[in-house]
Amino acid sequence: MSMTIEQRRQHRLSTIEKSLARRHSKEKRFRFMGLAAIVTGMTLVAILFASILMRGVPAFWQATFTLEVYMDPEVIQLDARPVRQSGESQADFETRLQSWQTQVGLVNWQSLLDSALEHALGEEVESRQLRDLRALIASNERFALRDRFLADPNLLGQRVETKLLADANVDVWLKGNIDRNLPDARQQLSPQTRAWADRLYAEGVIQNAFSTSLFLNSDSRSSAASAGLAGAFMGSLFMMLIVILLSVPLGVASAIYLEEFAPKNRITDLIEININNLAAVPSIVFGLLGASIFIGYLGLPISAPLVGGLVLTLMTLPTIIIATRASLRSIPPSVRQAALGIGASRVQTVFHHVLPLALPGILTGSILGVAQALGETAPLLLIGMNAFVANVPGTPLDQSTALPVQIYLWQGNELRNFFEARTSAAIIVLLALMLSLNALAIWLRKKFETRW
Amino acid sequence: MNTSVQPASTAPAINVGGGETRTSKAKEKVKMSAEAVKVFYGNTQAINGIDLEIFENEVLAFIGPSGCGKSTFLRCLNRMNDTIDICRVEGRITLDQQDIYAAERDVVLLRAQVGIVFQKPNPFPKSIYENIAYGPRLHGLAKRKAELDDIVESSLRRAGLWDEVKDRLDQPGTGLSGGQQQRLCIARTVAVSPDVILMDEPCSALDPIATAKVEQLIDELSESYTIVMVTHNMQQAARVADRTAFFHLGDLVEVDTTDQIFTNPQDQRTHDYITGRFG
Repeated sequence: MSMTIEQRRQHRLSTIEKSLARRHSKEKRFRFMGLAAIVTGMTLVAILFASILMRGVPAFWQATFTLEVYMDPEVIQLDARPVRQSGESQADFETRLQSWQTQVGLVNWQSLLDSALEHALGEEVESRQLRDLRALIASNERFALRDRFLADPNLLGQRVETKLLADANVDVWLKGNIDRNLPDARQQLSPQTRAWADRLYAEGVIQNAFSTSLFLNSDSRSSAASAGLAGAFMGSLFMMLIVILLSVPLGVASAIYLEEFAPKNRITDLIEININNLAAVPSIVFGLLGASIFIGYLGLPISAPLVGGLVLTLMTLPTIIIATRASLRSIPPSVRQAALGIGASRVQTVFHHVLPLALPGILTGSILGVAQALGETAPLLLIGMNAFVANVPGTPLDQSTALPVQIYLWQGNELRNFFEARTSAAIIVLLALMLSLNALAIWLRKKFETRW
Repeated sequence: MNTSVQPASTAPAINVGGGETRTSKAKEKVKMSAEAVKVFYGNTQAINGIDLEIFENEVLAFIGPSGCGKSTFLRCLNRMNDTIDICRVEGRITLDQQDIYAAERDVVLLRAQVGIVFQKPNPFPKSIYENIAYGPRLHGLAKRKAELDDIVESSLRRAGLWDEVKDRLDQPGTGLSGGQQQRLCIARTVAVSPDVILMDEPCSALDPIATAKVEQLIDELSESYTIVMVTHNMQQAARVADRTAFFHLGDLVEVDTTDQIFTNPQDQRTHDYITGRFG
């Protein structure tokens, strides 16, 4: 060949140089695509959070009346609260107390609210306008007044300053969540009610106050403004307790056995495959299983957090087992050999050395599994936890709903203008709970992490 | 760590320093013995039937090319192979004339009698004190804290580590240098007072100075313990071992005094290996 060594060298270099440009542009393209993917993802997350916060945060403040209610003795015509007399049995006393409480319930509390509103407006309201007047205050607030009196019968005859929730539609109207230019026929409130609401708001009788009822009340259908998350929150809390108490010990124990003690044979292979498959089973299937086994066969109560917790335990178990096994597997075999080599038994090796080292990973996996269970909705729909429950559950056997289910129920409520914001508020509460669980996971991992 | 062995011409190139004095130290009492030991991993046979006697207070070195089964055989001596599911051991291995694979034999007790030190230093991620104290505490060897302190101190002294770590016993054992970690692991084994110490290439992860220290330690320990070690480094075998066994492809080719193996091997394969023809 005619090329000299130097020419060949030059040729080789220029060939590499040509390919370099292609390689660099390929690398740039890949980096750009990666960056673009991250930016897109982060933007979507930002939009999601921004929209939830923008809608949800205002719902933590609610239109609230500050009214002076006159506990009119002419309306509250009652005997004094019974006092237990000497020689009277407990049962007799309770019968008398109950009949007194029934009387309290029969008092026309609504008329007290009517008078208080009239007083605030400074005008007599004709009886044909009473409907418009009563549309101002959430209908359940008359029971709040009753409960206040039950707690302190000495209020009789006094003027009591009371905070009362405005009706949901008043809240919507005042916050501008409904178009003010809509014709009367399409407005939720009558022109008179809207006028009163605007006037009382301007006068400061109605204010936007922080809504404690959102956290303290249970769901309500008759009085949307009083609907709160307490019932769902307690339901979720009971379920999480059950999930943590059952799935973490069961899952960790199974994982330790499978990973450290079980012989590797067909049966354990089969178990392993099935656990992996279970982790991929759609959650609603676990709901069906729970409905047929726990409710149908074992006869546990419907809508109970106990059943919900058991179903979510089944759903979480595979996640925890897989996370724990991965964590155990990541511990170098040299640790096991070191312990076995000086005569530790297998159980001692696992519990003295392997498990403490694997603990951060196990905790992280478990908490993420529990957080996942906390956000689960579908299986709960099949065991009746989407029922309307007006009480805060006191035990895991009481009827209850759960936070994500409550979000689902509110989102479907016909009072869209009001519940859209409530739904977002509930989402914020759920997300806050999850973020704190994740923060706990990170904190625990940092705390137990051993430096090698 | 085989790099220092130069392919030599015909004559064995290894200088056996002090081999004869070491040989004289070995007593003739059999501590452990293997009869027709075969080891299988699943269907693959790793050891083809080995007969070997290990004498009390001797240092016995296993040499041979990679994959010849010397580590596998070493681990049979305290049943570390039990942890591998597919591993099967046939034949008979005894410690003080008692079969260590007998059904009634407790493997925990066996490992307290036959300790092991691994290739890579593997201290527990705990304090230096806890590393040593773990074994004695496990076996209930110390009744009181003071006794445990004594065991920790004497074990560290035996491993020649006491002066280096006595002021930082509460520091993590993983924070020591590689050579110190390995001596910590030896101290940890010594703390349980075994009769036999197995060492699986104890110096292969160490630099020459740390290696020299460990070798010196092995020499001192052989006063009180029977030591069986695997090594890739033929000079090391020559320096520390009373007897040397040459393994090849799952066979025990030859075992004799270190002096004999390096100066007058009986088998052609041994000769080829120690002169650097293969391995």
